[in-house]
Amino acid sequence: MLRMLAKRMLIAVPSLVGVVIVTFLLTRALPGDPAAYFAGPAATKEAIEQIRVKLGLDKPLYLQFIHYVGDLARGDLGNSLTTGQSVAHEIKTRLPASAELTLLGLIVSMAIAVPLGILAATRPNSLVDHLCRVISTAGVSLPVFFTGLILIYVFYYLLGWAPAPLGRLDVFFSPPPHVTGFYLIDSLIAGEGEVFTASLKQLVLPALTLGIFALAPIARMTRASMLAVLASDFVRTARASGLAPLTVVVTYAFRNAMLPVVTTLGMVFSFLLGANVLVEKVFAWPGIGSFAVEALIASDFAPLQGFVLTMAVMYVALNLLIDVLYGVIDPRVRIEA
Amino acid sequence: MGCATSSIRNGEPEFGVVSETVPLLEVADLTVEFSTRRGVVRAVEHVDVRVAKGETVGIVGESGSGKSVTSYAVMRILDRAGRIAQGAVRFTGLDVRAASENEMRDLRGREMSMIFQNPRAALNPIRKIGRQIEDVLEQHSQADSAALTDRAIEMLDQVRIARPRERYHAYPFELSGGMCQRVVIALALACRPQLLIADEPTTGLDVTTQKTVMDLIVELTRQRGMSTILITHDLGLAATYCDRVVVMEKGRVVESAPSRDIFTAPAHPYTRKLMRATPRPGVSLGDLLLEDELELRIPQRQTRSAPCPQGESAAPSHINDGAPLLVVEKLVKEYARKRTGGPLAKIFARQPTPEPDTFRAVDGISFTVARGESVGLVGESGCGKSTTSTMVMRLIDKSDGVIMFDGEDIGAIPAKSFAKLPLRKRIQMVFQDPTDSLNPRFTAARAIADPILRLGGTRGRDVRARCEALARQVGLPLDLLDRFPHQLSGGQKARVGIARAIALNPDLVVLDEPTAALDVSVQAVVLNLLQELKETLGMSYLFVSHDLNVVRLLCDRVIVMRAGRIVEQGPTAQILVSPQAQYTRDLLAAVPHPTFA
Amino acid sequence: MNKAASFPNPSQQGGAEQTVAVAPLRPASAGGAPALAPRNTGFSATLRHARYILGENAVTGFAFALFLVIVLAALLGPYLVPYDPLASDTAAALKAPSVAHWFGTDQLGRDVFSRVVVATRLDFFIAVASVALVFLMGGLAGVAAGFFGGWTDRIVGRIADTIMAFPLFVLAMGIVAALGNTVENVVLATAIVNFPLYARIARAEANIRREAGFVLAARLSGNGEMRILLAQVLPNIMPIMVVQMSLTMGYAILNAAGLSFIGLGVRPPTAEWGIMVAEGAAFMVSGEWWIAFFPGAALMVAVFCFNLLGDGLRDIVDPQRRT
Repeated sequence: MLRMLAKRMLIAVPSLVGVVIVTFLLTRALPGDPAAYFAGPAATKEAIEQIRVKLGLDKPLYLQFIHYVGDLARGDLGNSLTTGQSVAHEIKTRLPASAELTLLGLIVSMAIAVPLGILAATRPNSLVDHLCRVISTAGVSLPVFFTGLILIYVFYYLLGWAPAPLGRLDVFFSPPPHVTGFYLIDSLIAGEGEVFTASLKQLVLPALTLGIFALAPIARMTRASMLAVLASDFVRTARASGLAPLTVVVTYAFRNAMLPVVTTLGMVFSFLLGANVLVEKVFAWPGIGSFAVEALIASDFAPLQGFVLTMAVMYVALNLLIDVLYGVIDPRVRIEA
Repeated sequence: MGCATSSIRNGEPEFGVVSETVPLLEVADLTVEFSTRRGVVRAVEHVDVRVAKGETVGIVGESGSGKSVTSYAVMRILDRAGRIAQGAVRFTGLDVRAASENEMRDLRGREMSMIFQNPRAALNPIRKIGRQIEDVLEQHSQADSAALTDRAIEMLDQVRIARPRERYHAYPFELSGGMCQRVVIALALACRPQLLIADEPTTGLDVTTQKTVMDLIVELTRQRGMSTILITHDLGLAATYCDRVVVMEKGRVVESAPSRDIFTAPAHPYTRKLMRATPRPGVSLGDLLLEDELELRIPQRQTRSAPCPQGESAAPSHINDGAPLLVVEKLVKEYARKRTGGPLAKIFARQPTPEPDTFRAVDGISFTVARGESVGLVGESGCGKSTTSTMVMRLIDKSDGVIMFDGEDIGAIPAKSFAKLPLRKRIQMVFQDPTDSLNPRFTAARAIADPILRLGGTRGRDVRARCEALARQVGLPLDLLDRFPHQLSGGQKARVGIARAIALNPDLVVLDEPTAALDVSVQAVVLNLLQELKETLGMSYLFVSHDLNVVRLLCDRVIVMRAGRIVEQGPTAQILVSPQAQYTRDLLAAVPHPTFA
Repeated sequence: MNKAASFPNPSQQGGAEQTVAVAPLRPASAGGAPALAPRNTGFSATLRHARYILGENAVTGFAFALFLVIVLAALLGPYLVPYDPLASDTAAALKAPSVAHWFGTDQLGRDVFSRVVVATRLDFFIAVASVALVFLMGGLAGVAAGFFGGWTDRIVGRIADTIMAFPLFVLAMGIVAALGNTVENVVLATAIVNFPLYARIARAEANIRREAGFVLAARLSGNGEMRILLAQVLPNIMPIMVVQMSLTMGYAILNAAGLSFIGLGVRPPTAEWGIMVAEGAAFMVSGEWWIAFFPGAALMVAVFCFNLLGDGLRDIVDPQRRT
């Protein structure tokens, strides 16, 4: 088991190397003058030259790369033009906001999609089945920012149930003492019930938006996978042995059906991390997505680079986790026969 | 069993049958329907089957006969789209059709159980086999929770799995096909049911494994006084292991009688046809066909050859005593053994792997094929016969040794370049799986025309004319030439494959189990066709097969292989009647042969 | 976002259909050969088959009809719209949908309906261009990798893995930001980001067929490797690739819209669905829903159409479905 873990981690290394190289190329091998990008649109010629020397952009490419990797190793992602702060610091501060939102969205989607898919597969051609198919096909066509806007219009403007989409917490409340950065958890730890409810209220709509977005591919894959497994030979054997339907569905069918679903999670995470950016813009959520978008508007280049790099590293780590999870479920991967 | 003298013919009980007990299983006038996109389809109609206590009944039929559907109906595990439309199924007097799902679940596994084809797929791949047996025991409350594990291990022991305590923790992918089938049998017998339904339990297994599995089933069921239903397409198997046989065709029972009667004096024409078509010792190729097989008649055949006297194989014809056509000397094929875990595992491995770095699929074999001769290459799976034939075909490269064809060293020519040489025309192949070997997007005509277009040098209309001539030669109706493979039957696809192979008049044709995927009646026709073509076109055959009976009919000489080496070779009559090697003797003994005292 | 999720068997799309449990253990015997059918090949046969498929499945027929509407809007839209999509009329700003303005007007008084229709051309162009590009790059690379193996496989695999290491939308953001804020770069970014998916599917399909019986038979018939790949294997892979292309068209539009929503790719005052939603977003909160709603709905309808289309196309192109 440990060997499998170590092997998986080693496989992640080339991915990380690839990520570093690509981000390097994207930001240093730009058409035009990279220094001008980093200096910003309002920079003078002297400022541009200063940046050029500071970032080592006058040196040959391979030296630049070493310089770049060295910076990364020290955790130096450059500075933001607009705020003057170090990019690494900003990202660290804003990451919990995005993480809280994405995780909640994922939980919401899995909580609905997986049971829906299973029910649809075990009751073919029923109402649930049709519902599942419609949701899968339609849900995959909905632009995530559109869903968010519709939800705001219906639940905030028309019905007044949801609070104004102005960020993580209403102005009247102050954030709970920082432990994890997750407001939900921190407020519970600090015993601030009101803050908890207020945070939750702000989280509902954006998390729901992300949840709806991730729902469709997960439901579709769960349904398809369950259908395939329920038609398989070993489920036939289980039925022929007289096993109770619940045992057949849960112990025999479900665990096997989950394997392709776990693999799909990798792709779902890829979508989610991208959708995160759009949802943060719609709901004015102070996470790293909106950080990147603001930087884009201001042509502030270093934050964008830091953002892409951070997201990629997180994604590699997430994929590693998924691989390990797959190995836990599937002994064929664990035991290298 | 009731009185052995009376029998049931044509589904009608004759008066005078007295049975001491109510039969264990009684299927009466069973009709099963499936609702498909094209309407309602009747899979079986008016089927009667009776199984008494302790009796073994075989249900025999070709594909589409409905034999599996009948058993699924008995267990009531039909697909959602299927239902019992008519008739009754009574198990120990209990009405299966009217029983509730709960009652059926109690019956399944505890009173009647089933084992299926393809044993590895029949087991949950991510659950330990011991736990799977426990699940069945637990479901039917066969032991209290403390004793479950012990009972499971006991079952594994009873099905002759070595080191059952260790193997309890194994996963299906760690076991061989034969062992998986034993586990499936353990699952089926764990709760000591009264009836075992075995649906093609040995199809896909090697003939020696087949024998062990069947013997095990017979032993365990006899021990417990169980009844068995054996569903199979193999008449020989049914004859060897069953007391009574029910023959089904296209969803109906055509005959039902004790084994001996079926085999010595079959009543129904279909049974007779099946009997005749089954390859067995003591007959010739021509005997496999009936006189009145109009639609499948071989065009060239004017008169049927007289049946050969007992003990002789097909008479050798056109054998040229000149230089041999194919000479294979000390042929070797090595594969690098796959390192588990890739190159990184070497870093993490605690001890060095004990196995050698290479695996020899073919380990220095030598044989010849003369002109006009038909040589059989037999062995079980993994013996290297397919690898040998693929090397002779020049589809893969050898590791060492010599392959001489008509005096030329073709072994030295790399496989990649062989396709463009004129020599390519002279060695062709007929494949095992007719579906897989035809491009799904090509019509039959286009598939047959492929070698002609590439190597034949003919163009335009002539190609079409040649295709039609070939189709006629193999007995393929011309109007089927423009069909796609999925619109053709198995036998028709096989003919297309044969037409393609002979399109360029090759000297040597390698046939890799060409009839393994075909029904036995279709097989009889195709084998006769192959013999005819060989004689008409003067070809040599290298016939790769695991089926000794088929080889006996078609081949002049036989080569027996095992683990990459030749065990013995010689004339068919000699090898198959009085083999020298123990392995050959084992192989022959494992082929099911009914004995009627 | 509507990528077909990766599955052990890539040719298995969404709904796995239940089949009758009784699969014949061996192929059907000679009895009951299908009835005589008219000639199977040729254009008229394809047309006949197409009509049959469209008739059989109402949903596919509907998707096709919708697709035609979209194409017509893309081609003829700019000539048929009642108002100039760029003409502002501040007096008529922020008017709700009415007879004069079917979709209302936006904050600059521009007619939303005209803008939505005209935007079809741009979004459709982006979709088609991205798909064509990724098919050429990813599809052919994947097929070559799957069929020839060896170094081709390793290189294509490395490239695909490197791209896949990034969350795809984030990578698209990075590419457009780095290369410049133009429509062409949006097309390129979308193509690059979809490369791994295409390459993977193409590779898997080619790999399955590499040692298939009919490929071996083709070698025996004297076909060279390239000819086998192009004339025999590729036609078998096409149905799956075509389905994937249709799904990718939908994704390409969503991707482009998403990028323009955050300010990348398309600039105002160009009419493009994504940017229109971005411009109308602020007004959703204050109740002027129509500015963002109609372009968003158009997006949804178009993507939905392409998804349904994918299934219908597969049925037509795949001769296995012909009866």
